Amino acid sequence: MQRPLTVALAGNPNAGKSTLFNALTGARQHVGNYPGITVDKKEGRLQGVEADVRVVDLPGAYSLTAYSQEELVARDMLALERPDAVVDVLNAGALERNLYLGVQLLELGVPLILALNMMDEAKKHGLRIDGAKLGKLLGLPVVELIAKKGVGVAELAKIVTDRAAMRAQHPEPWRPLVISYGPDLDDAIASMTTAIEAAGFLTDRYPARWVAIKYLENDPPVMEEGRRAGAIGPSLEAMAAKAAAHCNDTLNTYPEAIIADYRYGFISSILKNGVLSRDDRLERVEFSDKIDRVLTHKFLGPVAMLGVLYLVYKITFGLGRVPMNWMQDGFSLLGETATSLLPEGLLRSLLVSGVIDGAGGVLSFVPLILIIFMLIAFLEDSGYMARIAYMLDRVFRIFGLHGCSVMPFIISGGIAGGCAVPGVMASRTLRSPKEKLATLLTVPFMTCGAKLPVFILLTGVFFPRFQALVLFAITLSGWAAALCVAWFLRKTMIAGPSTPFVMELPPYRLPTWKGLCIHTWERTWQYIRKAGSVILAISVLLWAAMTFPGLPGEEAARYEAARTEISAALDNAKTNGDEQAVQKLTEDLGSADNERAAAALRHSIAGRAGIAVESVSRYAGFDWRTNIALIGGFAAKEVIVSTLGTAYSLGKVESGETTPLAEQLAGDPAWTMLKGVSLIVFILLYAPCFITVVAIARETGSWRWALFSTAFNTGLAFALAAGVYQIGTLMGLGH
Amino acid sequence: MNAQVNLRTLRKGQKAVIVSIAAQGELGRRIRDMGLVPGAEIAIVGRAPLRDPVALRVKDFTLSLRNNEADFIEVAILEP
Repeated sequence: MQRPLTVALAGNPNAGKSTLFNALTGARQHVGNYPGITVDKKEGRLQGVEADVRVVDLPGAYSLTAYSQEELVARDMLALERPDAVVDVLNAGALERNLYLGVQLLELGVPLILALNMMDEAKKHGLRIDGAKLGKLLGLPVVELIAKKGVGVAELAKIVTDRAAMRAQHPEPWRPLVISYGPDLDDAIASMTTAIEAAGFLTDRYPARWVAIKYLENDPPVMEEGRRAGAIGPSLEAMAAKAAAHCNDTLNTYPEAIIADYRYGFISSILKNGVLSRDDRLERVEFSDKIDRVLTHKFLGPVAMLGVLYLVYKITFGLGRVPMNWMQDGFSLLGETATSLLPEGLLRSLLVSGVIDGAGGVLSFVPLILIIFMLIAFLEDSGYMARIAYMLDRVFRIFGLHGCSVMPFIISGGIAGGCAVPGVMASRTLRSPKEKLATLLTVPFMTCGAKLPVFILLTGVFFPRFQALVLFAITLSGWAAALCVAWFLRKTMIAGPSTPFVMELPPYRLPTWKGLCIHTWERTWQYIRKAGSVILAISVLLWAAMTFPGLPGEEAARYEAARTEISAALDNAKTNGDEQAVQKLTEDLGSADNERAAAALRHSIAGRAGIAVESVSRYAGFDWRTNIALIGGFAAKEVIVSTLGTAYSLGKVESGETTPLAEQLAGDPAWTMLKGVSLIVFILLYAPCFITVVAIARETGSWRWALFSTAFNTGLAFALAAGVYQIGTLMGLGH
Repeated sequence: MNAQVNLRTLRKGQKAVIVSIAAQGELGRRIRDMGLVPGAEIAIVGRAPLRDPVALRVKDFTLSLRNNEADFIEVAILEP
């Protein structure tokens, strides 16, 4: 036996599947993605048994119908990988609904073991469950569990290993469960099954009867396969259509509905056969319902929700700021050390401005990401996230979004000062693909913390008396832009009816620390590993664009000569002890360096690009200096300030000390208030910083949408900024 | 048989049994997958602050759905 045994873990969301997976595999697990989609693929090794058993955690699903990506992934994994055993984790407190998936697994024929989880909760709710009886009726092992406390986990691990090992040694075909779907459908299923077997259609993967049922259920992926397989597809579709017409004529219903009825009928007949009984004396208002009376109350609910959202924001950025600053300080110390150790030149510039700044860019986000994932995992596992969606659905639906969209928006800067990187990652809670995409593409419009220094600078120059008010208006504009664009996208490029909201409101539960930590670490590590390398590479590219090709030889020589001259005079003055001259010459030396830096920037690829687009950008009032700064802003929005400083020969402008730059802008006749407003509009809306772009690519699973957001946002930002500038000029505001 | 009404019209605290579901396609599938089938007993747990969606109890768990999704479901009232 060389090959490890494979066990798949299936189950409904909120049935404690992750907790059981953690208990079975310990903390050693591997998280990846299924190719092309963003559903997580988790794997681990079974602990506490001698055999080598690989445990695959299937995404949570309510059914094996093709409703969501998760359900499809689960189905494909079972059919293609043929695990040696499948564990279905059930919430014993809602056994009937949970068995709906179990029965479908049995119809597929997988070697199933039922794990009745949360037996303690079920008992508390007055449910008496006879697991042994259930096992006898269905002909499979049933283990009763309280996974959170580790009760029954070892027993499950042993049974699973034994079963899997037995199957691996004595392989036998899967034996699908046959449920009768009533006289109206059974005949159709039988003749379709015969046709499928005769054609050998998908029989290597699925039982023929199962495929027949999928046709009656109008299952798109299976029907797609049929069309590719040739004549069998259309013929099965015709048979299914005939059965559907018959059902419609005689019963006024659809085959899908009949199938679901009979499945639930099969389940309830089993439960009534002595598996489930209720202690009615215990039927009382549940703990969760009591909490919901407050937390989803007409007035108290929204108030509490605003409080929670504000708290999440405060904790993320308040708590995150400290380690984030350490991280940034550490990297700038590293940069300074490298600067002092290495000789001046390209290598030093590459290392300090490209590599160290880039790595710092990647890692300084880690504390934020860690905290936001921790908080979101807490909100999800506790059940509160579902309530947020429930309360806000009515509002966000208007814009084609989901109630859960609120979290990414807030984190990205819906409260000014957020960050789109953790914001984009917070969109993971959205299970509806279209709503998630619209959210991902619009969160970068929010007023993130990196845009703030730029806005503070510009509002300080142009609206010194109303700075706070204007900053607030900018934040609201971010919301307005995000919601309007989401609405527009959902009407055009991501059109389609909203995903059904039919959603479970899971009972409130206290999450386990272990689960939270594992979850948080997995996600953060994924960010460092997968996004990190791309971000580093782009950071180096941007550095090159702002550095090369450098000053032409003669011009460099001229600056060098001027510098040498001033240096010599400075040395001279120092020897003579002429303090006034020393001070003046030191300043001259500084401005000579700054002028040289400005000239070098102008000659760089980014500078040339800035000059090249000036003929277009002037419609929004931007000159080449502004353009270069905006190009630099693609690295991170706060770079706009420092690049603007370099372009105005002011040397290195730190975002904390912008006074020289503010004076420059205030005194420059080219910088009118109108240009300021136009620039604010542009910066608020244009291309997200590339770290966000990488994050969007990872969350949507495609670079196409990431590039779309870069191009679309820039186009939109320019159109609006130019509109503001042109209309303002016409109204005579451009002075 | 008790009065047959649309699920949307039920008030908080009312109990009913599902009579028919007219939804097809993706929505119909989702509704059935979540345990809403003819014959299932439901109780209205509450409504969101903006009166939509509605939360209801079915098969020992709580489910929420929008009013325009509830429109597809006809119920017979058991307890006022």
